[in-house]
Amino acid sequence: MGESMLSVGIDVGTSTTQLIVSRLTVENQANAYSVPDLQIKKREILYRSPIHFTPLLSETTLDAAGIEAIVEKEYQAAHIVPEEITTGAIIITGETARKENAKTVLEALEKFAGDFVVATAGPDLESILAAKGAGADVYSAGSPLPILHMDIGGGTSNLALAENGVITKTGCLNVGGRLIRMEHGFITYVSPVLSSFCSLHPGDAVDPSRLESVVAVLVNALESAAGLSDRPVPPGLITNRLFPLPGPVILSFSGGVADLIEATPDSLYIYGDIGPMLGRAIKNSRLCSGFYRLGTETIRATVIGAGCHSTQLSGSTVYAREVAFPLESLPVLCLTAQEQELSAEMLRSRVETLKRPWPNGPAAVFLPGFNGPSYDRLQALAERLADILPILPAPHVVVTGYDMAKALGHALAPKLHGPLLCLDGLELTPESFLDIAPPVAHGAAFPVVKKTLVLG
Amino acid sequence: MNQEELKTLVAQMLREMAPLEEPAVKASEYRPTTPAPESTEDDPEDLSKVDLRKLYLVRDPADGPGFLRLKAKTPARLGVGRAGPRYKTETFLRFRLDHAAAQDSVFAEIGPEFAQENGLIPVKTCCESREQYLTRPDLGRKFDKENSEIIQRSLPKAGKVQLIIGDGLSCAAILANAMDCAKAIRQGLQAQGIETGPILYVENARVGSGDFVGDLIGCELVCILVGERPGLVSAESMSAYLTYHPHTGIPESKRTVVSNIHRQGTPSVEAGAHIAELIGTILSKKASGVDLLRGAV
Repeated sequence: MGESMLSVGIDVGTSTTQLIVSRLTVENQANAYSVPDLQIKKREILYRSPIHFTPLLSETTLDAAGIEAIVEKEYQAAHIVPEEITTGAIIITGETARKENAKTVLEALEKFAGDFVVATAGPDLESILAAKGAGADVYSAGSPLPILHMDIGGGTSNLALAENGVITKTGCLNVGGRLIRMEHGFITYVSPVLSSFCSLHPGDAVDPSRLESVVAVLVNALESAAGLSDRPVPPGLITNRLFPLPGPVILSFSGGVADLIEATPDSLYIYGDIGPMLGRAIKNSRLCSGFYRLGTETIRATVIGAGCHSTQLSGSTVYAREVAFPLESLPVLCLTAQEQELSAEMLRSRVETLKRPWPNGPAAVFLPGFNGPSYDRLQALAERLADILPILPAPHVVVTGYDMAKALGHALAPKLHGPLLCLDGLELTPESFLDIAPPVAHGAAFPVVKKTLVLG
Repeated sequence: MNQEELKTLVAQMLREMAPLEEPAVKASEYRPTTPAPESTEDDPEDLSKVDLRKLYLVRDPADGPGFLRLKAKTPARLGVGRAGPRYKTETFLRFRLDHAAAQDSVFAEIGPEFAQENGLIPVKTCCESREQYLTRPDLGRKFDKENSEIIQRSLPKAGKVQLIIGDGLSCAAILANAMDCAKAIRQGLQAQGIETGPILYVENARVGSGDFVGDLIGCELVCILVGERPGLVSAESMSAYLTYHPHTGIPESKRTVVSNIHRQGTPSVEAGAHIAELIGTILSKKASGVDLLRGAV
């Protein structure tokens, strides 16, 4: 018994634009005598597009029409129409997200989405999707050491730490194969992130030794992130933050540059960028002096992550009343285990503080909840929540970690008017956003996408 | 050479061949090599408080933390190490303790306070003792005249849903889960506009006692919460059996069951909410058990 969803992943990256179509199969993992337990059991890739160069109008502007044309053509090649798509993600990644018209492009692409395709970006999400797309999380489950995954693309390197099957930390470096580009022996583009240490300019003649020295700084940044170098990293190369490692790790690579680690092309300048040089330098660096792995996917890791791993399922006992789906980009107001015990009055002021950045729209209130609560304890929580939820616009959305959403929904329902949704089995973090799709399996569970950044 | 001399000679030869060594550990100095697992509770002696999923007793393991990650997924008694060919003392004691808890739970009686404190209507089946209950399942499905009259007098006739709590094979399961679950069911039914009357408590109950209640009051559906046969993992697991149009002699295939209701399984309150919606489905489809599944396909 399985129900399937068609999922699309579109990745508009610094150097390449790709698309995949996959089928996610939902199955009940519980026996017939237990409460259902729905999980996404199978992720099959039905179509992989060729890898297109991302069309640009100028160094700072994406060619929206060109990108649209690529997507339209690939939909035809994959024999799908937007109406068939249930879920998925369109992501604008790497340096591309910093282009002036990234948001316009996303909006233009949304028409290719079905009811529920997430349009988003953000280095944290990218890191998670790339690591999952490359199988780093699954690999870490059977590995004695944590995995540090590096998805090295055109403009950025997305880092993710996977421990025991779970991605625990993410970070990002401005290290990529297309930070410098050249044509006919002359440099045509130098990314501004290099300005603090690189004196090359467009128009300069290609000088291998000067390029090598820039590449050496980039490799040092990666080594430093992997705990293999103490030399300082120029601040311009750190996108948001780096994280300290828990100890020794196994390195794992994906992204376009990962292919160039294994095999250097005959000509270093075949792609008109520093990718091959960067790949070779990584191969000869401390990063590759010990054991390392290449992702199960390399250049396609991010798009496969977007297509296959962006959607997860809520717990299988949930409550929904009069909610119009999909719900998009709900900011998550996170309460801690201590805060969920606060009195109604203090809880109200806490929620008011949390919602300040989003004064108008609805939001999702997340709390860890209780492990096997008594009926009375649940009622008491429902009383307090019913008191504060009306300060948020409808629909009222409550998400818990522990398995208790249906009971909480039943307790809240008579106390609140209008649309109400209670989900469980999800771990949400502050500064994240939630998209919620229409339910699967006769309303038993909801596909959700956790996002870390919303454009606009 | 006399006998004494011979003895001395042999003893000397033996010493030369294999000199007597001091024993590695004298009994008087023996200390267990594995420290006892840390208990989170105040009483460090209480073995039942130790979480077996976090207990790993193998000495000098190649990858202890890795084994513990696997153990987190199962309550099975794995990675218990050994003392020679036997269990370690701690493992052995814990096994005896869990076995005793299971047996206690089968033989224990809940006592009249449970029904009283929770406002339940107490009745008992035809079993005269716990021993008879265990050996005569047929008697655990019937009520005598006196108890039948109590049921007919106290419960609404021809109602939609009758909730019953029965001790079944585990009193511990009922004490731990039944009231929280029943309250959640009642709340979930109210949300669907289904009102329920008083809850019946049946001592020495088999699932089939609900069918007898169906005969007596003619309700549309019986939901009986009953203690499951205890195992060594949990003595607190409860099941709910839902029967549409219950009557004595109804085939078991016409029951819908939700099992594994306990703290480590489906929490009682959440299970109650699920059962309430399941009751709604059964009432609207007018079928339970296999008939309900067939209808759903």
